[in-house]
Amino acid sequence: MENNHFHTIVIGAGPAGLTAGIYLSRAKMKTLVLDSGIAGGQLILTHEVANYPGIEKISGYALSENMRKQALKFGCEMLSGISIATIDFESTMKSLSLTNGKKFTADTIILATGGRSRTLNVANEDFFKGRGISYCATCDGDFFQDKEIAVVGGGNTALEEAVSLTKYASKVTLIHMLDHFQAFAHAQEEAMNNPKISFMMNSRITSFNGVDKLESVNIENLLTHEQTEMKLDGVFVFIGYEANTDFVQGKCIRLNDRKEIITDEKLQTNVPGVFAAGDAIDKKYRQITTAVSDGTIAALNAIEFINTRKSLQANHANSLIV
Amino acid sequence: MVLPTNLQHLATANDLTKTIQEHNHVMVCCGRMGPMCIPVYGIMEELQSEYKHVAFRDMAFDSPEAHIIRNLPECRGFMGIPFTVYYKDGKVVAATSSIQSRDQITSILDREFKG
Repeated sequence: MENNHFHTIVIGAGPAGLTAGIYLSRAKMKTLVLDSGIAGGQLILTHEVANYPGIEKISGYALSENMRKQALKFGCEMLSGISIATIDFESTMKSLSLTNGKKFTADTIILATGGRSRTLNVANEDFFKGRGISYCATCDGDFFQDKEIAVVGGGNTALEEAVSLTKYASKVTLIHMLDHFQAFAHAQEEAMNNPKISFMMNSRITSFNGVDKLESVNIENLLTHEQTEMKLDGVFVFIGYEANTDFVQGKCIRLNDRKEIITDEKLQTNVPGVFAAGDAIDKKYRQITTAVSDGTIAALNAIEFINTRKSLQANHANSLIV
Repeated sequence: MVLPTNLQHLATANDLTKTIQEHNHVMVCCGRMGPMCIPVYGIMEELQSEYKHVAFRDMAFDSPEAHIIRNLPECRGFMGIPFTVYYKDGKVVAATSSIQSRDQITSILDREFKG
């Protein structure tokens, strides 16, 4: 059992979790990083990273591999492909068990569970994934050479990817629920100046239709509620991210109405000794750099939490001896 | 033309034919080194020790030899990489398009390659 006790268990091995792993293990804290998939989180879904300071250009996979190896080099332990069965956040000694029967305890926990691409939640969306529906323009764009496609979303990614998809598609329709885009002005300008792109505002897709592959979508105008069918070969969905907090919902960790974890300035949750970092927390900007920053702050505060408790316990023991 | 992964690679159509002749259970992921494919290779690498009765292989999607996967009837309508194909006793028993989660992959392995 002693071997299964850690100073900190980090749940999630994206940039926030791996950074926490690097800082904790370098500070000689016994650290375990757990992940339900493979290390890297959303970062490995990023084709190219060009805004990570100090690195001009790198693939998301390569950057995450560097982080993973760096954490391992400092002695951080890692388990991937795991599934958590039970977790106790509230006791002084935190504990969790995995579905494979392994049990662990820890002084502190860092929740770095990240986020996932939001889906449209429309019937048949999963069936047509890879059969006309895509979430990656660089991966699947070339399947749509001279085809008519739609891009759903109104943020920077949606508009930038719509422009990049005009390299392949004959026509791109941008479908957005609002009457305005949230993207930066330069991204909007580029999309609006592209003759292959047309816009369908105040609209949403209500169904995907086809047999083996996507053939058309039904679209509702949200102002008039009029439904129209549009023949399309593909739909690319870029409507943002949602936090991976399903496994803490209904537990003692406080979440906001978007199911993101609420933290204080130390990135500690409402439960002492439980910290959170990265895309799963309540914050405005979600970048690799902000996740890395969060991982650092959570790790340093977890170390401080452990050391403070250790010195309080030592003082208490000394006072009993006197 | 092979992918820089830690999986065993299929460089030619003949490699695939030989592999499915030699192994009862084969999973082949045919893709590129992109964000929808890399997670699938990573999951396959991890599953190798758990599913010792399955031969896990990858194949470069852009290799002309990959026609043997790209042109499968089971992959008709696929418009997202990777194309992942599962063979049992030499026959295709499942095929998926685009990124798949660990749970989605293991559910196919458990269903098709039980025992």
